[in-house]
Amino acid sequence: MLYVVIALLPTSLFGIYNFGFKALVLMLATIASCVASEWVYNKIIHKEDTVRDLSAVVTGLLLALNLPVTLPVWEAVLGGVFAIVVVKCLFGGLGQNFMNPALGARCFLLIAFAADMTNFVTDTYTGATPLAAMRNGEAVNTMQLLIGKTAGTIGETSAVAVLIGAIFLILMGVIELRIPAAYLGSFVVFMLLFGGHGFDGNYLTAQLCGGGLMLGAFFMATDYVTSPITPMGQIVFGICCGVLTGLFRTCGANAEGVSFAIILSNLLVPMIEKCTVPRAFGVVKEPKTQEGGK
Amino acid sequence: MGSKTFKGGVHPFEGKELAKDQPIVQVLPKGDMVYPLSQHIGAPASPVVAKGDMVLKGQKIAEAGGFVSSPIYASVSGTVKAIEPRRVATGDMVNSIVIENDGKFTEVNYTSVEDVTALSKEEIIGKVKEAGVVGMGGAGFPTHVKLSPKEPDKIEYIIANCAECEPYLTADYRRMMENPEELIGGMKIILQLFDNAKGVLGIEDNKPDCIEKLQEMVKDEPRIEVCALQTKYPQGGERQLIYAVTGRAINSKMLPADAGCIVDNVETIIAVYNAVKNGIPVMQRIATITGDAIANPGNFMYSMGTNYTELVEAAGGFRTQPEKMISGGPMMGFSMFGLDIPTTKTTSSLLCLTKDEVAEIAPSACINCGRCVEACPEQLIPSRLAKMGDRGLSEEFEKWYGLECIECGSCSFVCPARRQLAQSIKTMKKQVLAAKRKK
Repeated sequence: MLYVVIALLPTSLFGIYNFGFKALVLMLATIASCVASEWVYNKIIHKEDTVRDLSAVVTGLLLALNLPVTLPVWEAVLGGVFAIVVVKCLFGGLGQNFMNPALGARCFLLIAFAADMTNFVTDTYTGATPLAAMRNGEAVNTMQLLIGKTAGTIGETSAVAVLIGAIFLILMGVIELRIPAAYLGSFVVFMLLFGGHGFDGNYLTAQLCGGGLMLGAFFMATDYVTSPITPMGQIVFGICCGVLTGLFRTCGANAEGVSFAIILSNLLVPMIEKCTVPRAFGVVKEPKTQEGGK
Repeated sequence: MGSKTFKGGVHPFEGKELAKDQPIVQVLPKGDMVYPLSQHIGAPASPVVAKGDMVLKGQKIAEAGGFVSSPIYASVSGTVKAIEPRRVATGDMVNSIVIENDGKFTEVNYTSVEDVTALSKEEIIGKVKEAGVVGMGGAGFPTHVKLSPKEPDKIEYIIANCAECEPYLTADYRRMMENPEELIGGMKIILQLFDNAKGVLGIEDNKPDCIEKLQEMVKDEPRIEVCALQTKYPQGGERQLIYAVTGRAINSKMLPADAGCIVDNVETIIAVYNAVKNGIPVMQRIATITGDAIANPGNFMYSMGTNYTELVEAAGGFRTQPEKMISGGPMMGFSMFGLDIPTTKTTSSLLCLTKDEVAEIAPSACINCGRCVEACPEQLIPSRLAKMGDRGLSEEFEKWYGLECIECGSCSFVCPARRQLAQSIKTMKKQVLAAKRKK
């Protein structure tokens, strides 16, 4: 967990740099609300205190990174409580939740406070997010997208910052490439086929770096608890995420679709696992020929 | 390095330095000797002596109780004191022959063979059977059964399991360094049984001196070669070893012979040599007595039936009070509750650890990280199997290939939440197999 927090530092720092002091306030608010919720919940139902496993900190930080900087602090705090109590603790705590808590909370807030959650107007950025802009047929500056000098949620704007963290996680052996690779790969294929722009490098890069895709693919979809444990299942899961994200972005009412795509795929995990149990060592597929005939 | 290996596996602390350079020391038994009648897989042996009988060292005291069974020999001279149930290392009570050791070690005469190559296949297998040779790596499967596959012509590899992948153990290593001619002699005898086979000595590459020595010795043996294996646990697991050496994969329902292989461990092959060449039955073997609670860790040649206490004495006794005593290696051995227990044909080691080495961290929740999946040499999903085991979901357990588990313990070893995965799976496996037998 500590590694995940470290890996999120570049993203967090860039968010603060990009959006100012308020971003830091939101982060601290969500982290505090997550940790406190977990502590209080465990106290109430007389369960062992699990705050020290740092998973609530990760949830809080991820949630903040998924919020627009303009969001009122109390709404963010409410999101933190929802993430920990409803999504995680009610299902049995660490390891038992079937949905990524941070994303669950983000979707909750997106529905409850739709206007606040999509208000990306700040002092620095008055325009729409890059994805919304593209949807309206406007051109976007891909270079700025990569670095992250655009509107968006606190943590999603900088693809570079996310990638630095992701490389760290992969090098430390915390995450495997299977899910992100399948996710991004299938998303690109989907957009090539159905994005309506054909092979347009600029458009694809913008789609990849815009919105929460990078953050989602490396930090949310790879959440151990809510992704399949079978190696094959992880690839299937990544593809599910990719296709759903593509579908939501091209056909949905919103320009963004990562959170819903991952959450829906989370729900498919038990099913995916069941279908992808790896064959044990030395076990042959149903004998086709006379092999091993007894 | 070009050493061969398998997929998965772990790298536990080796701990071999403790006893690695200690030459084999003979231990003469002092007290009463206890011979459990069931120290092999298969039917228990049936006693051929009665209370009050005088016996000599090397005399048969119990004969095989069937084809899959093995006779037992006295390893001291003395008087039969009793035939009664005694507690053995696994905790079970097993009917045993108790012999009062007269301390004289009067031996019977053994009939050795001048030219082993003149023996027929049947004669060799007969001698192996008569001498009570069983798989001495731990399983205790009667070797003569293993050496009589249905189609001997299809056996292409005789693999000597010289991996010794369990941490701390050095018994096989010492054997290979001190008695390599017996190992190679035994291998040659086994090769006489299988015309189409070649002998492979599979050794982990953390024993380079051993590899070099054996390579030098077999350079003029066209049918025997040394195969260096990557140092990784469980490299000495039968299925892992076969895969590393031959690239063939077998599952729990197959025998090594189905892949054209026969695997025997070092001590077993040496026992075959002694049985066939010298006519000496299985009475003695080597064990590593080690761990940081032992005063002088080392490797000891002891007589089977000796009490564990005497072995610990031979190793200088305890340096400090041990927190945990394990018979066998730390990964797959089982912990013992006391030392007043007889050694058997399959006793390869005693590991006594102090508190520091015994982890006492409470397990935390599984977060599905998948470390166990990466480590499993059988490509299973240990965390799920353990959960199914804890909940008694036998059907799902089987569907997820739970019965393929080789109980190597790699999953428990890597689990960052310190969950006792292998233990849960092992228990469930036992239940499922027991339920199957009932049907």
